[in-house]
Amino acid sequence: MRIFLRLIRFLKPYRRQVALAVFLGVVTVVSNVGLLATAAYVISAAAIVSYISLLVIPIYLVRIFSVSRSFSRYAERMVSHDVTFKLLGNARTWFYARLEPLAPARLAGYRSGDLLSRVVRDVEELENVYLRILAPAAIAAVVSALTFALFYIFSPVLAFVALGFLIATGAGVPVLVRALSRGFGRRELELRAELNARIVDGVQGAQDLLAFGAEGAHAREVAAIGRKVDRVQRRMAFITGLHNSLGDLLTNLTMISALVVAIPLVAGGEIKGVYLGFLALVALGAFEAVQPLGAAFQFLGRSLSAGERLFEITDSEPVVRGPEAPHPPPADHAMEFDRVGFRYAEGEPAVLEDVSFILKPGKRVAIVGPSGAGKSTLVSLILRFWDPECGEVRLGGHDVREYAQEDLRSLVGVVSQDTHVFNASLRSNLLLADPEAGDAALERALERARLSGLVERLPGGLDGYIGEQGARLSGGERQRLAVARALLKDAPVLVLDEATANLDPVTERELLESVRDLMRDRSTLVITHRLVDMQSMDEILVLDAGRIVERGTHEKLRGSGGLYSRMLEVQNQMFEMPDAVLSEIDQH
Amino acid sequence: MNSKLLRRVRAARVYVLATAMLGFLAAGATVVQMILLARIVDRVFLKGADLASVRNLLLFLLAAVILRAVLLWVREVVAQRGAVRVRSELRERLFAHVLRLGPSYTSGERTGELTTTATEGIEKLEPYFARYLPQMVLSASVPLLVAVYVFPRDWTSAVLLLITAPVIPIMMILVGSYAEEHMQRQWTALSRMGAHFLDAVQGLPTLKMFNRGATERERVAATSEEFRVRTMKVLKFAFLSGLVLEFMTAVSIALIAVTLGVRLVSGNIPFEEAFVVLLLAPEFYRPLRELGVHRHAGMEGKAAAERIEEILSTPAPVNAGSLSPANLSGGLTIELSGVGYTYPGNELSALSDLSLTLPAGTRTAVVGRSGAGKSTLVNLLMRFVDPAEGGISANGVEIQALPVEEWRAFVALVPQRPHLFHGSVLENIRLARPEASRADVEWAAELAGAAEFIRRLPSGYDTRIGERGARLSGGEAQRVAIARAFLKDAPVLILDEPTSSLDPESERLVRLALERLSEGRTTLIVAHRLNTVYNADRIVVLQDGRLAEAGTHTALAGGGGPYSRLVGVYGDAPA
Repeated sequence: MRIFLRLIRFLKPYRRQVALAVFLGVVTVVSNVGLLATAAYVISAAAIVSYISLLVIPIYLVRIFSVSRSFSRYAERMVSHDVTFKLLGNARTWFYARLEPLAPARLAGYRSGDLLSRVVRDVEELENVYLRILAPAAIAAVVSALTFALFYIFSPVLAFVALGFLIATGAGVPVLVRALSRGFGRRELELRAELNARIVDGVQGAQDLLAFGAEGAHAREVAAIGRKVDRVQRRMAFITGLHNSLGDLLTNLTMISALVVAIPLVAGGEIKGVYLGFLALVALGAFEAVQPLGAAFQFLGRSLSAGERLFEITDSEPVVRGPEAPHPPPADHAMEFDRVGFRYAEGEPAVLEDVSFILKPGKRVAIVGPSGAGKSTLVSLILRFWDPECGEVRLGGHDVREYAQEDLRSLVGVVSQDTHVFNASLRSNLLLADPEAGDAALERALERARLSGLVERLPGGLDGYIGEQGARLSGGERQRLAVARALLKDAPVLVLDEATANLDPVTERELLESVRDLMRDRSTLVITHRLVDMQSMDEILVLDAGRIVERGTHEKLRGSGGLYSRMLEVQNQMFEMPDAVLSEIDQH
Repeated sequence: MNSKLLRRVRAARVYVLATAMLGFLAAGATVVQMILLARIVDRVFLKGADLASVRNLLLFLLAAVILRAVLLWVREVVAQRGAVRVRSELRERLFAHVLRLGPSYTSGERTGELTTTATEGIEKLEPYFARYLPQMVLSASVPLLVAVYVFPRDWTSAVLLLITAPVIPIMMILVGSYAEEHMQRQWTALSRMGAHFLDAVQGLPTLKMFNRGATERERVAATSEEFRVRTMKVLKFAFLSGLVLEFMTAVSIALIAVTLGVRLVSGNIPFEEAFVVLLLAPEFYRPLRELGVHRHAGMEGKAAAERIEEILSTPAPVNAGSLSPANLSGGLTIELSGVGYTYPGNELSALSDLSLTLPAGTRTAVVGRSGAGKSTLVNLLMRFVDPAEGGISANGVEIQALPVEEWRAFVALVPQRPHLFHGSVLENIRLARPEASRADVEWAAELAGAAEFIRRLPSGYDTRIGERGARLSGGEAQRVAIARAFLKDAPVLILDEPTSSLDPESERLVRLALERLSEGRTTLIVAHRLNTVYNADRIVVLQDGRLAEAGTHTALAGGGGPYSRLVGVYGDAPA
């Protein structure tokens, strides 16, 4: 209930529109009921009057209802969808504003694309709160009250009978059906999730299945789970069928009960006979308003769990807080790690232990080591996505926690391995780094990052779309885009975080060319497990399991027989240039 | 109606017709119910009857109402059962067929689309088979039933109903297709905006790095607003079609009511009959309106059905074969003679005129740039595809003549990126031999150099891995795949080396394990490591789908061909 109230709060700014939509919804149902019921009255009255002119008013009403029914329905749909989309926009903005300070630390558990898109679907789920839950419930309540009032004029007994049936149909049937199907619903979801997982597994792993002759067994497994799903779905059919037919039955029973109550009253002269058909049709028609409540109950369950998941995220505290009185940004950009230790949560193993080094302006330091050694955590600490557990990260002699987060981040340019390409134009993907940049500056950055080819290839040039739904970028182009962004950002400290990790060796070399341009006149921290271009580093730190195990220059480390030289050996074993070499060979 | 798919699942037609039949009977019950209602009102209102004298009529009415409810229940149950049956049968066939089509069809860009079709696509058949198709039958038959009843009683109203009836579907299609066209034009913009939010959330760390969080928030708001405006424009058309439909039915009901009123006053029609006609008029339009409700889901289901049909009618890329592999035993020498293959839909052949011998118990390394035909060679040897030209034989037996599964039993594959299935490590290794004992699996893991890391996993061999389980590193996954190959113990081994280096320790362990594994087997290695190439008995250089040269390292290194230039870059090979 608390969650529902919190969800309802999103509607607050649109009270008027919501009220209007509900009003229009009521008008729609009333017109529908009114059309048939007054038509019944017209026919009944026509049977006993001798001039049609005596029926001018009811006939006029029939015409009004016939027109108002369709137009109010149209207006109601327009207004309610409009509100829904506004609500959705509002919910997105709200969620985004809450998410921003939490990222990326609090979202670490949501790293996989699937989970993140589920969160996004949860936000979209909120649209049902109005359209499918609140509005139908409000309309049902108003229509039920109106029906009650109308019947009360004729007979209080009639009014209470109708109200009883309306409540039984609107609330009783859905609750009953939910109680009956609760176990099945959950079971069906679980089984279907399992079935889908197996199917995905099978399609993705087709090669391995076929290679080991296991395709038959896997197909049988899929079929077996499929049968379980079938069984549950067949049982569910009894319940969903019950839902529809019970609703229908109760509607008609109301009509019969209304007749049973009204007939003696007509016979006794308390109700005029001319109203009998009218009353029967009102009883039938009013149920149009309570029928959608069954679906509303289903959506309520879904929206509540979506809301719960969302509030769980938005209620969490950001891991870092800005200082009350931030220090102005430093003029000196020396970066220092002083005995830094870090773990993601208490009780978990240390990710970094006693890491110390200094990156002086204009110098280059490389952090190398096998994957999982804690290298990328260093970047998170520099950018203050996390704070160290002990020790200090300093910039210009002050702890980075003393600066405003924005100031700190504006001093550091990062080229990381998972560059996010936004689903937008190439231009907006670049303007991210410098919103003020003009065409000339953008083109220069693209040229220096060796991306001019992309602009030529892209339909629409700078304004052409890239990303998921635009032109796909190759791994190399993606990274060069990150370089172009870093060039535009023009920050004094540069961090290359596995910038070449997912590239083939030829592309890697090309990228390093453009990176070299970027590193000029900047202090650079290179984080990598690939030992390329290490000769140009002023210092190399070898990180293993969170500790610095070796440090020195390439010359010194290569012969030391330690982890560095072993890594170098493995890498030199790689037959890693076939493409480059063979294309050279092709030219001979 | 998608007749091809209906023919594939014979039971489907029966279910659809039974559902429609039950719906028709329920409509019949409604007609009876309305006749009884009209009679009761007539008796009480005009003939002065009291409750006792209409008791029987009320009981009949009750019976009709209950009958209708039961029919609706049974209809839903039958419809759902039919849909379950159709989904189930098609899911099984689709999945089996996708596996028959093999990795040459399923890999790459198509994977995502195939999984969506096999999961969500199949589910979309439910509204199509359970609702849309039966409703199509009903929307033709029920109005006819009502018209047949009304016509002899009041032909003017019947004519009015029959004239307006075809206008409804026509309007629906006209306005609907206009809206769809409009939607199509807006589609790119709309889907881009729809995806924007997910994009902004996924890119949040990047945005933060550039201090763009606040501006992006405004953009989220602005995009949502633009999305609303555009979507409302599109929806307007959809709602307009609803408006037209509602307006038509409402106006014609009002018209019928008024004409009936006029005729009643002049005494041209008895009240009871006039009332029945009025009560039946909405029932006349109801099935058409319901068809409109299911139309969208129906269209989606139809699209899914067509895609499923398309996949099911794609021919499998390998022949069945029936020869018994009885005389294949011991070491296998594999011979390719003039082999060529072109992927369906491609113009360039992936491999052409390739002749090659892999002598029993030797290691052959294949070298070449991406697209040179290395993976096609692997696909051919695994019989994921059969050659279009030439043939492959093992100890003189044409492998295409063997049943596919029988041939694959002779070959073990260690792919570049092995797939780990949902399940325990034990089950993942056992993939190679489901009946293998735990001891066998542990032995295979030991040989593969995987035993140590498996023991360190939280529940050892019973640790769940795969997408929702513990993540294994590249080197660890590789060793699980090698353990599979050990367990399979096949005479032919195909290795596709990982293209990037693993960490030093993994690299060493994988190398040792592979050397053990290839010992005494006919081995083909797609090589990415110098060591592998130097240690191979023979080296094959592929270029643009053709054999550039082949021979031993010594012969090729001094031969002045592509390979000698290649190793020249690296200087002298280690001894």
